[in-house]
Amino acid sequence: MKERSPIPSSEVTPEETFFNRRFFMKSAIWAGSTLATAGLYRTFSPRPEVRNTGAAIATVAEPSLETTLAADEKVNSFTDIAGYNNYYEFSTDKSEVAAKAKDFVTDPWSVQVGGLVQKPRTFDLADLLKFESVERTYRFRCVEGWSMVIPWVGFPLSKLLTMVEPLSAATHVAFETYYDIKQMPDSRHAGIDLPYVEGLRLDEAMHPLTLLATGLYGKTLPNQNGAPVRLVVPWKYGFKSIKSVVKITLMDREPPTTWSLANPGEYGFYSNVNPTVDHPRWSQAHERRIGEMGSRRTLMFNGYAEQVAHLYTGMDLSADF
Amino acid sequence: MTFNSDTRFHRQLFVFNGLLPAVLILIDYWRGKLGANPVEFVTRATGVLTLVFLILTLLVTPLRKIYGWNWLLKQRRLLGLYAFFYGLAHLLTYLAYDRDWQLQTVVGDVRQRPFIAIGMFSFLLMVPLAVTSTNAMIKKLGGPRWAQLHRLTYYIAIGGVLHYWAIVKSDVRYPFFFAVVLALLLGYRVVMSIKKARGAAPRAS
Repeated sequence: MKERSPIPSSEVTPEETFFNRRFFMKSAIWAGSTLATAGLYRTFSPRPEVRNTGAAIATVAEPSLETTLAADEKVNSFTDIAGYNNYYEFSTDKSEVAAKAKDFVTDPWSVQVGGLVQKPRTFDLADLLKFESVERTYRFRCVEGWSMVIPWVGFPLSKLLTMVEPLSAATHVAFETYYDIKQMPDSRHAGIDLPYVEGLRLDEAMHPLTLLATGLYGKTLPNQNGAPVRLVVPWKYGFKSIKSVVKITLMDREPPTTWSLANPGEYGFYSNVNPTVDHPRWSQAHERRIGEMGSRRTLMFNGYAEQVAHLYTGMDLSADF
Repeated sequence: MTFNSDTRFHRQLFVFNGLLPAVLILIDYWRGKLGANPVEFVTRATGVLTLVFLILTLLVTPLRKIYGWNWLLKQRRLLGLYAFFYGLAHLLTYLAYDRDWQLQTVVGDVRQRPFIAIGMFSFLLMVPLAVTSTNAMIKKLGGPRWAQLHRLTYYIAIGGVLHYWAIVKSDVRYPFFFAVVLALLLGYRVVMSIKKARGAAPRAS
């Protein structure tokens, strides 16, 4: 029996065209899906290199007062230092901060220094750059378990504090980061209360290792690293080294600090680097040095025990973590 | 042959796109383009990819029921195997770089840190599913029993999302996204089973 085709033969697509169309469709699906998959991967993968566009800062040589690095410790590249940042006001993605902070306005700038001081004063950028700058290459240990070696440029915080003459009642120093939601729209997602605040005990703040950094690698700070001026406390976890400082206040009690407000069980006021006191969610005994694949033992006070351990004699560092 | 019946084409497409992220990670690693902390990136990427493939596996049923894309069913086990593949890569990254192959320290880590325990448990649940993903195993177990076993996927996905949520410091947008998608996918199943139960139940007199 002969079956009748329901479609007139004139309307049947010729075999050649049919296969061409199929070939075209398949190719389009291949190309589309590949682009979509690769594109998605690219969106979430790290960004390309960053360049050092800062202005040069003159530094004076000083007798080395910190432990020199071990023979196998290398200074991290500028790309590592300026391309991998925790600066939640701009992004919680460390490889994205550089791009998000690109247009951050850091000039004009002023740092208000006050509280329990004899001579409260506001420093503008030029005032800060008048301090005699030194280069200090410090280890930098993040509470997240990674570390770097960074050649900072700056001056001891003690120099600035001495100028404003702290009153004898002053026991602590509070710091505050610049905050402007218009310049930092992604800060909505930070998940922490802003402006970012930090604090030190006065003797910690006066310690010769404690730096106000205005640059790194011989040039002014990139925005993502806390331009134009930030704190560097090398024996404490990185989040203590508050960025883009606008306010320094001398107080007679322990100031509140952002991360211990956000999660008091995980982050304390002192936050000294300490391999024997674990973060509740991860060990602090080891660290991954950026630029290396293996892990290193974390050193007590980040390797600065000789200089700073005396500040904490008699304290229980697992209680005052 | 229509698109819907071109199983060979679907298979090629899914195999290729599933493997592509792994290939791109390897290429970026080889070019030194994984950023300042390659270990952290690979750990996070493989973890997120595990969740992505778990979610894709769970998407198959709703897409079939709603759009009639029944051809997807034949690719579901492949999607599940990719979840296992990226989960294994995630685990190996952890063992190699977080634990430095000191396997005796893993036990302590699991005990001390609930999020590691949840992750490890979810991965272990994937093992029997990966093992029973062959046609022979389906025959051996019988369809209904096989399907019942593979419902473990729900718990694995819940464990995966909890594991992700627990490691984030403060910005929970990504884990939240996965949690919402997973809630929708599981919610859909709950609603369908309630509807089915009502439809099948004899009418109350």
